[in-house]
Amino acid sequence: MTTQLNSSFRGTQDLPKWLSPSLLVGFFLASFGLQVLLASNSDSADINFIPVAIFGLLSFTLALYVISRVIEGVRKAKDRLVTIMVSTAFSLALIPLLSLAYTVVTKGVARFDAEFFTFSMRNVVGEGGGALHAIIGTIEITGIATLISVPIGIMAAIYLVEYGRGTVARLVTFFVDVMTGVPSIVAGLFAYALFVIFFGPGVRMGLGGAIALSLLMIPVVIRATEEMLKIVPNELREAAYALGVPKWLTVLKVVLPTSLAGIATGIMIAIARVIGETAPLLLIAGFTASMNYNPLNERMMTLPVFVYTSYANQGVDMQAYVDRAWAGALTLMLIVMVLNLVARLISKYFSPKG
Amino acid sequence: MSKRIELKSLDVYYKAFLAVEDVSMVIEPKAITAFIGPSGCGKSTLIRTLNRMHEVIPGARVEGQLLMDGEDVYGPDVDPVRVRRQVGMVFQRPNPFPTMSIKDNVLSGYKLNNSRMSKAEAEEITEKALVGANLWNEVKDRLEKPGSGLSGGQQQRLCIARAIAVEPDVILMDEPTSALDPISTAAIEDLAVELKEHFTVVIVTHNMQQASRISDMTAFFNIAGSGLPGKLIEYDKTEKVFSNPTEQQTEDYVSGRFG
Repeated sequence: MTTQLNSSFRGTQDLPKWLSPSLLVGFFLASFGLQVLLASNSDSADINFIPVAIFGLLSFTLALYVISRVIEGVRKAKDRLVTIMVSTAFSLALIPLLSLAYTVVTKGVARFDAEFFTFSMRNVVGEGGGALHAIIGTIEITGIATLISVPIGIMAAIYLVEYGRGTVARLVTFFVDVMTGVPSIVAGLFAYALFVIFFGPGVRMGLGGAIALSLLMIPVVIRATEEMLKIVPNELREAAYALGVPKWLTVLKVVLPTSLAGIATGIMIAIARVIGETAPLLLIAGFTASMNYNPLNERMMTLPVFVYTSYANQGVDMQAYVDRAWAGALTLMLIVMVLNLVARLISKYFSPKG
Repeated sequence: MSKRIELKSLDVYYKAFLAVEDVSMVIEPKAITAFIGPSGCGKSTLIRTLNRMHEVIPGARVEGQLLMDGEDVYGPDVDPVRVRRQVGMVFQRPNPFPTMSIKDNVLSGYKLNNSRMSKAEAEEITEKALVGANLWNEVKDRLEKPGSGLSGGQQQRLCIARAIAVEPDVILMDEPTSALDPISTAAIEDLAVELKEHFTVVIVTHNMQQASRISDMTAFFNIAGSGLPGKLIEYDKTEKVFSNPTEQQTEDYVSGRFG
């Protein structure tokens, strides 16, 4: 025993593993009990959980710190204190996310039915109706925006990483940064102003919405692709050059395939970023209750605008409108989730193995 | 095929900075020529000028003449891409293409250049190059597996297979064993000796035993101080450079007194 204690690597005793979680549960229960006691004394039956959490957490932190400091020493006590602080911050960040998901799901399921996905809102007053026209509009507009943004974004990134030198490259980088910060409403106004030149005032068109969204998407795609191209090791480019491969083929067949997974993920994130845009679409794509498959003609509904108009212009059966708005929000959230899932699958299957 | 390389008062610049000054030498075909010298003396810079790879760095340029079997590599109508197809290169760190299988890595010189070939032809080239790089027996059962799954020494031999698959005239090796263990190094050295049967081999090395073991000719480069250009101090048969050098600097370096 004495020989062990003499060893210079041996510190003080550790707290048992079960102590910290049981202290946490104990103090929260005690805090809850205290609240129940206080509530019964003051005639109010409500129990507010926020003071329960705050009081429970503070007393738990203090108790664990003191115990740890006495038994384990200063360094481990500090470690426990910081661990609690970091975990608390993480939980705080998670609360709004979980609350949001919970709210959207519980309120959205009311109208998350077959009719919602098979009907438009044409001639619907009050109950019933659906968001098919908005889903189609969202898919078409976002799809066209992606078709416009991805080639431009990837090629611009290739220019910046592989070819651009000096003033021009710096200017492009600067304007990409500026574009990243353009408010979405400004993008909508730009698309509207652009289409007014050709089609006269009051123009509404799905394609205009796609243009506005691609303005928001292009800088995101450029940035994501640029980062991915930069991490392709220079040795691979040199290996290709040394084999007598011209630069353009090196970019096309070595650099792009190596970074494909990252680029695809970046594109998916860019799509997820713009699919929920409301303001620019409100301006240029407008809103309608009818089906419109043609992005070159007339108003086109989209999911975010559907949610907005359902909520903003409620009719006689108010609850039906609100339910449709939540169902629309739930659909949009699921689409974004699926996109993120696809991005993960792509990065899993396309990334270089080894 | 192997070619004779002739350097005539070659200067290499990075923008205004003169990195290597006034090198004149003849590199013999079907022999191994080693470049030795302290770090920063311009050996790697010089070897990269032999296949115009230094041009990848913006602002790098060359003055003087570089002839390959009498043909000017820096002539006005010479395409650097065509030069590199005839002068293969192996780098310090093994760099197989991570997205390609072992077989595709060997064939990458063809595939990346969009050359078409029949399946039988592709298999023949793959086997020949891998046998030539002493790697065939180790990988013949997993040709479709990614090249990045091999060990460092195997990856380096894969890179050599990739370089010889396009049947170049010259093979340049820029410190090919500095990232490898002694056993892999020995394998690469044996391979270099075999390669000189068919190719002109130029090797940059920091390892003087390696230079004395495998090379026929040795060029010693040195630098007078930082910021000054590297110079060719002595170029002779390897035995002569290591046993009885003409220059005092060479003697000091090969006997380990400095550098």
